[in-house]
Amino acid sequence: MNDKNLALNIGVVGFLALLFFLVSDYHDGIIARILILAIFAMGYNLLFGYTGLLSLGHAMFFATGMYGYGLSVELWKFSAFEGLLFALVISFLFSMSIGVLTLRTKGVAFMIVTLMFSQVFYLVVLLFGEHTGGDEGFVISTHGRTLFGLNFVDPTSKYFASLFLFAVVLLGLTLFVRTRTGKCLVAIRENEERAKMLGYDVWVHKFIAIIISGVICGLAGASYTLIFGYAGAAFAEVHYSILPLLWVLLGGAGTLIGPLVGTVFAFYLIDISSGYTSAYLLIVGLVIVLLTLFAPQGLAGELKRRMAHWLQ
Amino acid sequence: MEFGPYLIIALFEGALTSAVIALTAVGLSVVFGLMRVVNVAHGEFFMLGAVFTWFITWNLGLNPTVGFITALLLVPLAVGSLATLADRLILNRLDYDPERTIVATIGLLYLIQQSTLMSYGPDARPVEPPFNHRIALPWIELGESGWQIYWPWGFGITTYKLAVILAAIVLLWILLRLLARTKYGLLIRATQQDSEMALAFGIPVSRVYAIVFGIGGGLAALGAVLIVPIRQAHYLMGGEPLLLSFIVVIVGGLGSIPGTILAAILIGMSDGLISVFFSPTLAKIVATLLVVFVLIFRPNGLFGKNQQ
Repeated sequence: MNDKNLALNIGVVGFLALLFFLVSDYHDGIIARILILAIFAMGYNLLFGYTGLLSLGHAMFFATGMYGYGLSVELWKFSAFEGLLFALVISFLFSMSIGVLTLRTKGVAFMIVTLMFSQVFYLVVLLFGEHTGGDEGFVISTHGRTLFGLNFVDPTSKYFASLFLFAVVLLGLTLFVRTRTGKCLVAIRENEERAKMLGYDVWVHKFIAIIISGVICGLAGASYTLIFGYAGAAFAEVHYSILPLLWVLLGGAGTLIGPLVGTVFAFYLIDISSGYTSAYLLIVGLVIVLLTLFAPQGLAGELKRRMAHWLQ
Repeated sequence: MEFGPYLIIALFEGALTSAVIALTAVGLSVVFGLMRVVNVAHGEFFMLGAVFTWFITWNLGLNPTVGFITALLLVPLAVGSLATLADRLILNRLDYDPERTIVATIGLLYLIQQSTLMSYGPDARPVEPPFNHRIALPWIELGESGWQIYWPWGFGITTYKLAVILAAIVLLWILLRLLARTKYGLLIRATQQDSEMALAFGIPVSRVYAIVFGIGGGLAALGAVLIVPIRQAHYLMGGEPLLLSFIVVIVGGLGSIPGTILAAILIGMSDGLISVFFSPTLAKIVATLLVVFVLIFRPNGLFGKNQQ
């Protein structure tokens, strides 16, 4: 129980706020996007890094938030605030039902079941193409991009809204992993049998982890649509289930700051390498293989192992 | 001509899908049965098989039949060796840890797919079948003016597709024989039952792993060589066989080869039937959901033994 983690995370948020004024508009745009996707990665990390459940289908949670927001705002003319609430409620109910179904399986079966549910989700989005726009997706109209008088066409509100949401989730998780529930999740990751023997209800804790993870990822999807004004089936594809895994692995699974580190690293890796080749996924593949071989703990994980043992 | 011929064609196409999927899925199944790891890059070995076949039949200046036979012999070997190399370089170093292997093979998937994109390009390219004749099937029907015979222009099947189905049956039979009746099969089965005990008895377990991983990749490539004259070679073609193999291996019971073959027939046939009569997207949704619920409620598959 130390406050170095809290201090570090508040420091990171402060630094990011300053960064807006230091870098060019181009990078402000990229960082805003990275922050929203880092929320997605943090949600994934809670399940994978802290609870030890490897899901290969988190795109469905992101897309639930995305379509929950996008469709309610576009089809039923919800206001942005109502749309956001609706997306969170839908994400909550959806992750609850996915949790009930998938938690009957373990290990490899859990990965495959989540992968396939996500695939079904993607196909359903395509099946209802007349409303969802299928692969092409749809653009959110102005009323869906204005919240509390802020219009997210403006880069400054984009950046600070993303940073605000990121900070809320990061600090929320910093506090959450210290609670009894949070610690029990780590115990399950380390040794499920032992946690069970000690009298913890493993199923309920995993269930809670899936719900929190799903809602955070749903929040990321909804705010992506709110702030960047677009929803499309590409975000429901397998690719977007693999990406948060990659970000978390790169940054360091089971660390609070890892998802941000990994997302920043991967984004700029792709940004730079796509300047040289259109086959930038080649580099992504190479990095994944090298990481699993040589740094299974990720960047922040290596840091934790070598010097900063206090990192949570 | 109404319903009957369509049904027969659907069943025939279903048998073709079953044959190719059986070969590919058995490759995934032997690997899972032995090492307990899921190879996500399996579909890419399939894709490599197709792309290599295109390369051999078009770039070596052979006539189509000779080229195709060369491909049939060389391609599975080449892809198998690549798979063995991947096993040595990556999987072996991860100690076949199930979760890390999945992540690493995802990386391998991107590596293979994108290297193909960079060298072979984004186009779909055809391969000529070594032979292709149409066999007209007679169809007799009671029409308005009495019995009518539709032949030879009623409906028919092609000899190449028929040959693929027969070849797959023969190859699978040989594989099952090899596993059940030879010394090498015995080594594999012994390693599968208890790898530590096998090691204690002097079986080179890690070499067995490497070879079986190679066989798995080779089988996927073999399926691709057979199907590529019917469908074209493309760098993204690995996704569908991967998903179908996954489905088949799970429904058949992870690691059980006869179960895998049975499931391939079941899934291939129903895929043929459903996509003739319903929308393909809906067919995929139903098939995928079916598999998910099999996994949730019967984790060992329909034909699987209790493994835990």
